[in-house]
Amino acid sequence: MSVALVTGASRGIGRAVASRLAEQGHHLVLHGHDPERIAATAGEIAAKFGVTVVHAAGDIADPATSKALARLAFDTFKRLDALVVNAGTHAAGMLGMTPDATVERLFAVNAAGAAYTLQNSVRLLTRGQRPAVVLTASITGDQGVAGQAVYAASKAAVAGLTRSAAKELGPRGIRVNAVAPGFIATDMLDTLDEAGRADRIAHTALGRLGAADEVADVIVFLLSEQARFVTGQIIGVDGGLTL
Amino acid sequence: MTELPRLREAFRTALDLPADEPVDDLRYQDHEKWDSLAHMSLVAAIEDEFSVMIDTDDVINMSSFAEAVRILGKYGVDVK
Repeated sequence: MSVALVTGASRGIGRAVASRLAEQGHHLVLHGHDPERIAATAGEIAAKFGVTVVHAAGDIADPATSKALARLAFDTFKRLDALVVNAGTHAAGMLGMTPDATVERLFAVNAAGAAYTLQNSVRLLTRGQRPAVVLTASITGDQGVAGQAVYAASKAAVAGLTRSAAKELGPRGIRVNAVAPGFIATDMLDTLDEAGRADRIAHTALGRLGAADEVADVIVFLLSEQARFVTGQIIGVDGGLTL
Repeated sequence: MTELPRLREAFRTALDLPADEPVDDLRYQDHEKWDSLAHMSLVAAIEDEFSVMIDTDDVINMSSFAEAVRILGKYGVDVK
């Protein structure tokens, strides 16, 4: 029996990862922002794959949410073998035209939320079997992109968290990596207009948007024994995107 | 086993101390074996022993054996 916690699992990449892990027989602790949506996702995955799925809802920017998730994992399974820190939010905005509230929200969810989730899960991971963590960063955090400076900065924080956590937790047997998706066809792209979307595709070597499943496959690989000597890496899943 | 001996045993096991070493006056980082890395192992051992999940703020505040007793009380474990 293997146990995985996935944040932001109601839809998009998180839901795809949760389904892949359940398909492999992992029991799951799922998080979503919206209570009804995550309850529905958890029910569907449990019914389809026959694994135990528990879930909790809340704003990941509030540390109480990841504390509640850790407590749920502890009460149900006593440990975690895999953690996917995926919950995130996206907003585009030119410098000088991004509201303060948007700046605060991007960092609160993408940077602080990731740190809270990882921090509150560490002791559960130390009890796990070959424990591994994957965070969802972004290619924008590495390369930068005009019109998304604050989002990119919040995702650069995820990359820093990943590399530091890998060094700190490696001696305790915990691997920590991240994926850096390019432009993936999820709800997050709704904040881009059509011209922006066409522009991103034009800059992608493979000539299309990615699918959530294609990112999930890389996350599942990084969590697996096949990646047992890989830690501290930010793996691009971007179809050859140049920003 | 009553709760106090269980907590003492968790300290000795997690900090790799001799079975007869007194632990009631231990303070974080005053003892060579209770450093920041051992602290995480100690907290995990206490959680396992008493089946509680300790919040980060309490992990940070667990600066002595006496504080561990007080903190466990918050989680409904009466170690006295």
